[in-house]
Amino acid sequence: MTRAENLLLGLGLLLLAACGDAWNNPYPGRAADANVVYSAFAERPKHLDPARSYSSNEVEFTGQIYEPPLQYHFLKRPYELIPLTAEAVPRPRYLDAAGRPLADDAPAAQIAESVYEIRIRPGILYQPHPAFAQDEAGHYRYHALAAGFAAGKRQIADFEHTGTRELVAADYVYQIKRLAHPALSSPIFGLMSEHIVGLKELGDALQQAGAGQPGAPLDLNAFALAGAETVDRYTYRIRVRGKYPQFIYWLAMPFFAPIPWEAEVFYAQPGMADRNFTLDWQPVGTGPFYLAENDPNRRMVLKKNPNFHGEIYPDAGSEADRAAGLLADAGRALPLVDAAVFSLEKETIPYWSKFLQGYYDSSGISSDSFDQAVTFSAGGDPQLTDSMRAQHIRLVTTVATSLWYVGFNMLDPVVGGLGEDRQKLRQALSIAFDYDEFSSIFLNGRGIPAQGPIPPGMFGHVEGVQGINPYVYEAREGRIQRRPIDAARKLLAEAGYPNGRNTKTGEPLVLYFDTMASGPDAKARLDWMKKQLDKLNVQLVVRGTDYNRFQDKIRKGNAQLFEWGWNADYPDPENFFFLLYGPHKKVGTGGENAANYDNPEFNRLFERMKDMDNGAQRQQVIDRMQEIVRRDAPWIFAYYPKSFGLVHGWVRNVKPNLMANNTLKYRRIDPQLRAQRRAEWNRPVLWPIGAAALVLLALIAPAAIAWRRHEKKAA
Amino acid sequence: MLSYVLRRLLYAFPILIGVNLLTFALFFVVNTPDDMARLQLGAKHVTAEAIERWKAEHGYDKPLLLNETETGVQTLTNTIFFQHSAAMFAFRFGKGDDGRDIGNEIRTRMGPSLAIALPVFVIGLLVNITFALLMVFFRSTYLDLGGVVLCVMLMSISGLFYIIAGQYFVAKLWNLLPISGFADGADALPFVLLPVLVSVVAGIGSGARWYRTIFLEEIGKDYVRTARAKGLSEVRVLFRHVLKNGMIPILTGAVVVLPLLFMGSLITESFFGIPGLGSYTIDAIQAQDFAVVRAMVFLGSFLYIVGLILTDISYSWVDPRVRLR
Repeated sequence: MTRAENLLLGLGLLLLAACGDAWNNPYPGRAADANVVYSAFAERPKHLDPARSYSSNEVEFTGQIYEPPLQYHFLKRPYELIPLTAEAVPRPRYLDAAGRPLADDAPAAQIAESVYEIRIRPGILYQPHPAFAQDEAGHYRYHALAAGFAAGKRQIADFEHTGTRELVAADYVYQIKRLAHPALSSPIFGLMSEHIVGLKELGDALQQAGAGQPGAPLDLNAFALAGAETVDRYTYRIRVRGKYPQFIYWLAMPFFAPIPWEAEVFYAQPGMADRNFTLDWQPVGTGPFYLAENDPNRRMVLKKNPNFHGEIYPDAGSEADRAAGLLADAGRALPLVDAAVFSLEKETIPYWSKFLQGYYDSSGISSDSFDQAVTFSAGGDPQLTDSMRAQHIRLVTTVATSLWYVGFNMLDPVVGGLGEDRQKLRQALSIAFDYDEFSSIFLNGRGIPAQGPIPPGMFGHVEGVQGINPYVYEAREGRIQRRPIDAARKLLAEAGYPNGRNTKTGEPLVLYFDTMASGPDAKARLDWMKKQLDKLNVQLVVRGTDYNRFQDKIRKGNAQLFEWGWNADYPDPENFFFLLYGPHKKVGTGGENAANYDNPEFNRLFERMKDMDNGAQRQQVIDRMQEIVRRDAPWIFAYYPKSFGLVHGWVRNVKPNLMANNTLKYRRIDPQLRAQRRAEWNRPVLWPIGAAALVLLALIAPAAIAWRRHEKKAA
Repeated sequence: MLSYVLRRLLYAFPILIGVNLLTFALFFVVNTPDDMARLQLGAKHVTAEAIERWKAEHGYDKPLLLNETETGVQTLTNTIFFQHSAAMFAFRFGKGDDGRDIGNEIRTRMGPSLAIALPVFVIGLLVNITFALLMVFFRSTYLDLGGVVLCVMLMSISGLFYIIAGQYFVAKLWNLLPISGFADGADALPFVLLPVLVSVVAGIGSGARWYRTIFLEEIGKDYVRTARAKGLSEVRVLFRHVLKNGMIPILTGAVVVLPLLFMGSLITESFFGIPGLGSYTIDAIQAQDFAVVRAMVFLGSFLYIVGLILTDISYSWVDPRVRLR
């Protein structure tokens, strides 16, 4: 054998060895039949500190590692809060200004403070971590390290000793204090400082203390917080200003998960941050999983927490859940998988291909792959294509608790204001923008035209004919249809713009749409928008801009029309209506009301509605608020996005839960079936290697013959 | 030669300061510290106070270039530009806006970038030179013409097409290699093969044409005629004489990019899931992470200067007439 042949053979053997069972296996060294979930993330998470993480790609991890006191029931709809580490869902006690207790149904105006007392279950342990490791004498092994100690270490697993300790109420209080830490810039500090007693003052005190000793860590235990205190080892109390019923939902988010002080002391040591050993990157929690490998440039691995306190799969669900097999694991100990491997996959093409090869257990559907995956029946229902069905892939759809809308700047002299003519102008434009058509052209049907600010699945949303926006839609023979364009033309004429021209000046109506969308896809969408207004003979000028300038325009009230969206933080209508609450106007207050809508009646109703318990009375108030915003039309209610997901046949217990972020523990897979399918789908096709060799030979041979001829001739 | 190299390294300082200033100006023209804070803090519940706190925490609460509230040298030093730039000359890049140490990231990501870029560079150079020499050998024949047409065809196709086609055929249809990903050590081999293959093929068109032009220029020179007249075979003429004399322009193009191989490729790394410096840069631009963008531009400029110095040194090696003083 020649040296070249030896080299080729060696290379081939190395390749085979590296590839294991299938040549295209992207998980070298991992058994195909391991009880592991394989998933991907498109953007690396920025923060894993529960005081900071907020984006969905961050809570996807923190939700599995940290345990706030409450969680959402996995199966029940409408969404229901249940205890996680707490013994029970707390009910607030109300106090008046003098600190006297009030009845549960006391008027909100009398309530000066709401007190939440939360008792956690004893015996819950943290994941094994070096921050807790103690020597025989009871001293912490890694709390007084020399400067260079961390230099050779890459992962937390590189520390030889680990320990644990019991979760106590003080850890929750500690975390609430962390929300005010100036170095953490918690995204909810501003909001929570309005509600939790003393949080703002704590923030100021910490800022002052930090300025006095720059760079030095702050001992939060040395600072008191009036609004959060421990009652006993397992009980803590949170004091909230006034009545704020939505506060309970925040207690199901990682912001309110416990942090052990030992972890902060451990990570604050010199040299740790240089090795990325920080709480922001190496979480310490009590949840069903811990972060075993954290390389967000490549892969993040969650493994089963050996100290997990134990939880069982829920046995309460609907008949539909039972029929879908979602109760088959009722009573089983969670989590149902040993680990989850998340690989960084920035591009949709490799993601999709790996899903089809069985290397990812689930996938979304990008617009490029939509036709390959989904078709629509004659009745308009989405169904899988034959090729997907042949691979035993399942389609999971759900309407997101989100809303997209086109906002009018209510301070704008042309489209803003609450006068009847302006209302009619905005109503006319709302009819003209045909979002049914938009959904079918640009979203592959993955959007439901919106009838108001509250999306389906949330209290206050009314389905069917009863819930239509009568200014834009009408019910004909039981079917909901957009009003004809003639109705819009009539409204436009009544608004003072017959046939799109100003009655006073004769000038055509020109509107300006600010957007940060760019690229060919965006151009098609923007052309579509122009065409919608062409129907009314109104001109739309698109002002493209970047993200920063767009934000700036909105902040200063310089935009006229703009597109915006909102994703629910929690399942309460307050979380959508507050976007239209006058005192939350963007201009002047920097609030979330980007349209700067300010209707006194709506504001009054909002203040009443936000403190009410769900029920018929609250629904009445909500209906009135809906009527006001539909009439005033500060937004063109565009659509509620509908998400389509695909899962392989070996994946079980998949039920979209748009509020919960800790659902990995319920997921079950059939690893043997996956291994079998992967082997079946990924058999290497060898003939192209032979064909490539032949092509190469065919290219070289004439050259070699000609060369030989040339050399002979020269000789 | 040592004094020449030292002198060139000293010249690098004003260049690097200039590059830094330019990057700084370009970045902050479109991106104020307030914008950066907003992007980092997310779209929800962002208050003016939170923005101020973020800026103070990340050192963006100072004036950009000139601090008029200070006196003396602090007018210049107590500014965002100085505070964020001075340490870079000691290769201390600080932390990105996500809190991760940039120096650590660069060290970690250099390996994967090199794992792709180095084989692409070496194999690409060998393939392109061989192909170019073959075309020169068969110059003015149909084989040469066919080669040139093939090169033009290869050049005309977008780089992205090679990636998508490579992934579709090799990884998806034939299941021969993983479509994307990366691993450490020997496990990296299957992940490296496809991006290397695709990058080499994508570079043949332009590379081989460029080298063909160089060799054709050389082959018409007097010394080649002399060599032939002495009775040397065409192979010997090409490899012993033409290739050697064609090395200067080849070195100009090749050595200068050598240090830049560390920086990786933006598109290839992104599509093949290679955790290298190319994808790091593109992520930082998208996230408006000035600290990382600035560090990468600085590193890129520095490596480019090193590449130019290496090119000069290599000239003196391959051409005895060149002396560095």
